[in-house]
Amino acid sequence: MNADLDKQLNVFETKINEDINIEPRDWMPDDYRKHLIRQISQHAHSEVIGMQPEGNWISRAPSLRSKKILLAKIQDEGGHGLYLYSAAETLGISRDEMLHQLHEGKAKYSSIFNYPTLTWADIGAIGWLVDGAAIVNQVSLQKTSYGPYARAMVRICKEESFHQRQGYEIMTKMMQGTKDQQAMAQDAMNRWWWPSLMMFGPHDSDSPNTGNAMKWKIKRQSNDILRQKFIDKTVQQAHLIGLSIPDNKLKWNEDKKSYDHGEINWDEFIRVINGDGPCNKQRMKHHIKAHQEGEWVRKAAIAYQLKRKELINQ
Amino acid sequence: MDTQQQILHYVLRLGDNALISGHRLGEWCSNAPILEEDLALTNFALDYIGRAENLYQYAAKLENKGHDEDFFAYRRSERDFQNHLLTELPNNNFADTMARLWFLSLYEFYLYNELCSSHDETIAAIAQKSIKEIKYHLRHTKEWVLRLGDGTSESHYKMQKAINDYWMYTGELFEMDTIDHEMLNLGIGINPQNIYSLWLKDVKETLNEAQLQVPEDSYMQTGGKNGIHTEYLGFILADMQYLQRAYPDAKW
Amino acid sequence: MTEEIKDTQWPLWEVFIQSNPGLPYKHAGSVHGSDKEIAMQNARDTYTRRNEGTSIWIVPSNSIVASNPSDSDMFFEPSNDKIYRHPTFYVMPEGALNI
Repeated sequence: MNADLDKQLNVFETKINEDINIEPRDWMPDDYRKHLIRQISQHAHSEVIGMQPEGNWISRAPSLRSKKILLAKIQDEGGHGLYLYSAAETLGISRDEMLHQLHEGKAKYSSIFNYPTLTWADIGAIGWLVDGAAIVNQVSLQKTSYGPYARAMVRICKEESFHQRQGYEIMTKMMQGTKDQQAMAQDAMNRWWWPSLMMFGPHDSDSPNTGNAMKWKIKRQSNDILRQKFIDKTVQQAHLIGLSIPDNKLKWNEDKKSYDHGEINWDEFIRVINGDGPCNKQRMKHHIKAHQEGEWVRKAAIAYQLKRKELINQ
Repeated sequence: MDTQQQILHYVLRLGDNALISGHRLGEWCSNAPILEEDLALTNFALDYIGRAENLYQYAAKLENKGHDEDFFAYRRSERDFQNHLLTELPNNNFADTMARLWFLSLYEFYLYNELCSSHDETIAAIAQKSIKEIKYHLRHTKEWVLRLGDGTSESHYKMQKAINDYWMYTGELFEMDTIDHEMLNLGIGINPQNIYSLWLKDVKETLNEAQLQVPEDSYMQTGGKNGIHTEYLGFILADMQYLQRAYPDAKW
Repeated sequence: MTEEIKDTQWPLWEVFIQSNPGLPYKHAGSVHGSDKEIAMQNARDTYTRRNEGTSIWIVPSNSIVASNPSDSDMFFEPSNDKIYRHPTFYVMPEGALNI
């Protein structure tokens, strides 16, 4: 028995070392499976819960063009949630179970979506900063070791490339607009900058899950490296349109050819993750309500299908 | 009102119906019974808003006052909108939305089918694009009417109630006023009364298949075409137009 | 009967998309659907939003029969040394045309 297990582990590790994807029916260590289920379902929940703060502005989008773009973007987030749930389902967990875990508070989602969208500029900030941060992470995950997750990421990255642009376009237009619009854009920048940096998770030195995840190549680059990439590409974009970054310690470091930045408020990060962000309760309530109100519809569709089957069997 | 003005009104009516329907469907986002249906309803919302955009662009051209498509969506008031009352009613539950959308899609199917051969080239072109979308809306909503009507006793009850509740808003779809007459004479528009019997026949067939009763004829609500709306429209516009009204000098 | 239905996210289906006529169908992903009509529409709404397809196949996920990874030795390795199945295995005389 043990020899068998050793052999399987050996095959698994060889594949990981040689960058060969692990596929659903391959043997994998239990902890690898568990880690993936946790990470992928959390990723899926983030996409789906992320529909809410942006959905908040669909009815108030200020032009037909922006209304269409916002709808299409939020629809993409839903689609991405769907792809990711499917990827997790290949690991032996059902979407029912994942939703149950979300509603019970056992599964988490990205804490960024617990912040409110107060003005139209927040839609710009989310697209540009939040999706911008997400895409840095997702590009890196295209090379994750689990096949279905990697394939979902490739599809998602392809689709997401417009999201960040639409956000930056909103910010650009507002910065070229009236004084009110400029103030709105800067205010959104001030509120979303730090939470966006928190999206990459704790510093590498404080990140409990990084060890195995890196060893198994689920995660390909560390939190701090990804965060730094995001900062370095975003600062220039902000300055170009006249936005300032709300960090007085932000400074170009010629030696390391990247920006130094001020310390992130980790107390806030932990507080929001643990449920005390401005919108945690609202987001969960919304999701549970939609789920509960949909129950009779889902059941009706199954009942209809069962009746057809009976008719055919008669 | 000269002919040009009448064409403008005709186009605005089509545009208003598309915009308000699309707006209502957008409200479903993140609220659908299952994730897949969320994507479907958003697709419909996008079809409608895209159609409204095309129609308003044409309206801007006909009006010739230097307005753009957004003007018609964001800078007109309650009494200016000429959409059918049916489009502005709240979403309520999924059966209500499906009933409303199915009634509308079936009506639009016959309407736009005929508009494809409108003598007005722009209307015909928009119709040819729209009819493909409408066919899919019709298929989707009809399948849901069947499933909810012939699903569980709860879904049957809700679907029947939705059909009954919205029935009195269907008469307006087939009303004919002077603009309709004029458009018919010019070969630009259609005779809505001609499509009523086709619509009714399909409605009866599907309701029958879905184990649902056809509602008894009753008083039909009216007013949308003349800008006399339900109280709901004002709230839709307050929501939709808020930024454009609050910051009139801003471009977005 | 119908009143005892358990609430679920519906059965899972695999979606295959043909991107252009004449090309093979390629696995695009999965959707949930209560029956084949709903699953087909869901596949359309989920996987063809960007003009990706001209035709769709769907199949219940539990109808897919997959080869077992532990069989991969005997399934796939024996063909490794059968290089005579490939055209480049054969030596053609210099100057032979159209072959």
